[in-house]
This record gives sequence, structure tokens and C-alpha cells, in this order.
Amino acid sequence: MTTAVSQRFDSLPIRTPEGIEFSLALAGPVSRLMAMLVDLMVIAAVGKTINMLATPLVVLSDDAASALSLVLYFLVTFLYNILCEWLLHGQTLGKRIFKLRVVDSAGLRLEPSQIIIRNLLRLVDGLPAFYLLGGVTCLLNSKMQRLGDIAAGTVVVRVPDVSQPDLDQILGSKFNSLLQHRHLCARLRQRVSPALTALALQALLRRDQLDASSRLAVFKELADHFRQLVVFPPEVTEAIGDEQYIRNVVEVLYRK
Amino acid sequence: MLIDLGKFVEAERPHWNALEAVLQRFENNPDLQLPLDEAQRFLYLYQRSASGLAKIATFASEPDLKRYLEWLVSRAYAEIHESHERKFFNPWTWFTVSFPQAFRRHWQAFQMTIALTILGCIFGCIALAIDPEAKAVIMPFSHLGGRPSERVAQEMKDHGVRLSGHKTQFSAELMTHNTKVTMLTMGLGITFGLGTIILLFYNGVVLGAVVFDYIADGQLIFLLGWLLPHGVIEIPAILLGGQAGFVIAHALIGWGSRVDRRERLRLAGPDIVTIIGAAAVFLVWAGIIEAFFSQYHEPVLPYGVKIAFGCAELTALVFFLWRGGRSKIA
Repeated sequence: MTTAVSQRFDSLPIRTPEGIEFSLALAGPVSRLMAMLVDLMVIAAVGKTINMLATPLVVLSDDAASALSLVLYFLVTFLYNILCEWLLHGQTLGKRIFKLRVVDSAGLRLEPSQIIIRNLLRLVDGLPAFYLLGGVTCLLNSKMQRLGDIAAGTVVVRVPDVSQPDLDQILGSKFNSLLQHRHLCARLRQRVSPALTALALQALLRRDQLDASSRLAVFKELADHFRQLVVFPPEVTEAIGDEQYIRNVVEVLYRK
Repeated sequence: MLIDLGKFVEAERPHWNALEAVLQRFENNPDLQLPLDEAQRFLYLYQRSASGLAKIATFASEPDLKRYLEWLVSRAYAEIHESHERKFFNPWTWFTVSFPQAFRRHWQAFQMTIALTILGCIFGCIALAIDPEAKAVIMPFSHLGGRPSERVAQEMKDHGVRLSGHKTQFSAELMTHNTKVTMLTMGLGITFGLGTIILLFYNGVVLGAVVFDYIADGQLIFLLGWLLPHGVIEIPAILLGGQAGFVIAHALIGWGSRVDRRERLRLAGPDIVTIIGAAAVFLVWAGIIEAFFSQYHEPVLPYGVKIAFGCAELTALVFFLWRGGRSKIA
């Protein structure tokens, strides 16, 4: 069952019948506009190609060549988005570049009829010009839906850069001196908020993205903060650097 | 923290990999039907991953892992809860069976389109009768601007050469333009039907004004010979667009329905697509007829033949919409 969201969110929460909640990150109007511009360029390029291919037919019949060019361009304009979203699982070339995807607003599989309706309604979304109606509707709608999306029951979401978490940074087999003081470890778990835990973990996971000086500064600040929260005996903390201290703290927090 | 993240990831990783592999198979082949044992395994993997997501969401603030599991679970959820039967698309069955059935399911919406067009026609007739100067406003089309009798005389003199060498292009222009108008009529259903009402009424006004103009100038036979061959298909096709628009509007408003708006629109979707698709097919036919048949007048083509052809088309259309697909289940 889908949870209706009455207020504006940048994500669409979905609650499954099993009681599991997950959210889809809604695409913003700017990224959608950029994707649409790419698609318009693709359509224009295909239209140009059609014209070039139809030109030799002028020798046979000028009338037939013009008609063929007109009908094919019309079909490309209407079918490009439909076929792409159908064949590429909710993506056009523009959406693929900008990591967007059309999905059912209840998280279900996208139906062909939904793809067709959302794209046919581009005619209305495009009124009076430059997608003004669709753009305004999108900005006012809590799910960032244009009129075509509302009629089809679809939303455009951001495809996250997903990969399985690399926990090598915190699963090192080095000796952890903090674990010798179990009562202090318990106090540390009690005092640290989930947000701070996540911050420390992220600092470790992203250490390679920081240059040396930034890395030192980040870990020093974090280590100072954790040292203040729970004071471990000096013989435990003095022998290890700030980064190793954070590594030990995270291991304490994430291991039972 | 209540879970050991390292152990948790190590223990669950094989299951996530297995689930990803199944989802990739669905991605590569949307019509994939898993054997029972594989389907049961798929369900187990989904439930296990969903359970993992619940643990992570409740006990840890690990955004990457949460995002990964959300993406995995959302994809699996879409496949597991898919309830639509995948049917092979047969264009012939779709047009001859599914379309007439969908049309009859929404007969009241079609009646509304007829009523609005007739109202528009009456308004157009009265408007032109009261104020003949309004012709340029009501019918802003160059070929309808002059006196009908002058046009008839010109057409009879031309012997159908006016469009010579441009008929195919003219036909293509008619098809694309009318298809756009029909789709717009359908799409404006999203304005709770208001836009569809306005467009249908306006079309009726133009039609009524043209009819009045030609009848008032004594050109009824020419008018029938000119309009009937393509009009009996073209006008119903635009009305089908209006019908699809009203189906959208009805699903939006939801009179007498207990299901939510999203579900109403989802249920109406296949019928809307079927009706608008059939309208497009009709418009291709109408475009061909208008360019290659309707533009020929006496003495090249007797009006009687053209009128009879139009009447035959209309009879066939009515019979098709009334009887089509009655003995079969789409």
C-alpha cells in the first residue's frame, strides 16, 4: 500500500504490504529539463537524418518524399519517448545521461499504457509553450509530477549510484585497545547519536577522497569530539593516531 | 548500535548478489516467467533483503547501505507485486476485439462527445444566421472564407487538378494534424474534462457554421459529397479522442468509486490507450480518403457515388462499434 504524501518531499516513501518502507528519490525539475533538452536534440538529429534519407526519393516522387518525411518525423516525435521508456525500462537517452528513470508512483512495474499516456499528454504539458503548464504543475506537485505523470500514475526518480558498501575500512584485523575497557565502550555506545556514528563511519569510508591535510583535520576534529564524550585511560589513547582512534571507535559502535 | 554491521554485511551479501542476479534477468527479459522453485527463492530473497533494510533503517544510520538496500528492495517489490498478466500483443485482435469492447465500456463518455458537438453545431448555425460577418471569426480557414457557390464552381472547373502532385503530402498533413488535435482532445481530459468540453464544442461550432454556410448558399449536395467520405470517419475519430478525455476526467473525479484516484487512473489506462490508438488508425484512413477521394468532385466523381461511399463507411463504422468483439473476450 502506498503512503500518500501530502506535503512536499524530495523523496517518495512507499510502504509495502509487508510493512517495509523504502523511498524513491524524486528527480528535480532542472535535471528533468536537462534530460528533455537532450531528448529534443536526439529527436532533431533523427528528424534531420530522416530528411536526408528521404531526399533521394525526390527523384521518384517529390510528393511521396515530402509525405514520407512528414509522417516519419511525426512518428519519431511521438514514439521516441514511448519506445525508449518501454525498451530502456523507464529511461530515454536524456534520462539515462542524467540518471533519471520513470517509475510507477506506487513502486510497481511500469505498464505500457502508463508510458503511452504520460507521453501523449506532453501535448497538454507543453501548453501554451515551452512546457510551461507541465513545468508549473511539476513545481506545485508534491511528487514533482507533470500532468502526464498524474494521468499515468508515474513519477520520475533519480537512479542512485548504488554499490554494495565497502566495509574494509572498518573491518581491519588490527588490535583494538578500546575493547579492553568494556564499561567505557558501553558508555560510548550509549552517548553517541546515530548521526555522529554515521559521520565517523562516512569519514572512514571516504578517507581516500580527501587530500592529506583535509584528512588529518577531519579525523582530528572527530577524535577530539569522541575523546570528550568518553574519556579512556591515557595509555589507551596516547599511543594511537586520530584516524586509528576513530577506526577503533567505529568498530566499538558497530560491533556487538 | 544493536547490529554488528560487518557480520551483517558478510552474512547478507550472498543473498543480495543472488537477488540482484534475478532482477537483472527480469531487466533483460521483462516477460520472464520463473519456475515455481525459483519464484519461491526470489520471494525469499526479497523478504530477506527487505528484512535487512528494516534492520538497517531502524538501528543504523549507514546511508550507502540503506540506499543500496532500498534500491534492491524497490526493484524486487515491483516484480513481486506485479499483478498484470503479460499478453502477446496482436494488432488485429486489439483493433477488432479490444477496441470495440473498450468503446462500449465508455459509451456514456462517447454520448457526451456527441451531445457537445451537436450543441456546438447548433451554436455555430445560429451564430452565422444571426451575424454572417462572424464567418471569418468562426471559420478562420482560407479555403472556407469565400462564398460556397464560388468554391463549388471553381472545384468543378479544376477537375481535381488543384492538388495534383501534392496529394500524398496533403494526406500526410491531414493525418498528422488531425492526430494531434485528437490527442489534444484526449489530453485535455486532465483538466477534469473542461478542456475536452471546450475543444469538442469549438469543433462543433466550426462544423455547424460550415454546414449552415453551404446549405444557405444552396450547396447541400456538394457539402455532403465533400464531407461525408472522410468526415464520417474523421469526426468520430476526434470524438473518440474526446471519449478518452472524458474517461481520464471520470477517473480523476471518481464519482461513485471507492478506489483511490491513482488506482482509478491505472485501471482506466489500457482503455484510454486502446481508444486513442484506434482513433489514430481511423485518422490514417480519413487522411487518405480526404486527399485522394474527397477532393474530386463532379464531373470527375459523381456526388451520388461519394455520398453513397460515405454512407457505407458510416454504416460499417456503426456496425463495427456496435457488434465488434461481442463474441470474443479480449
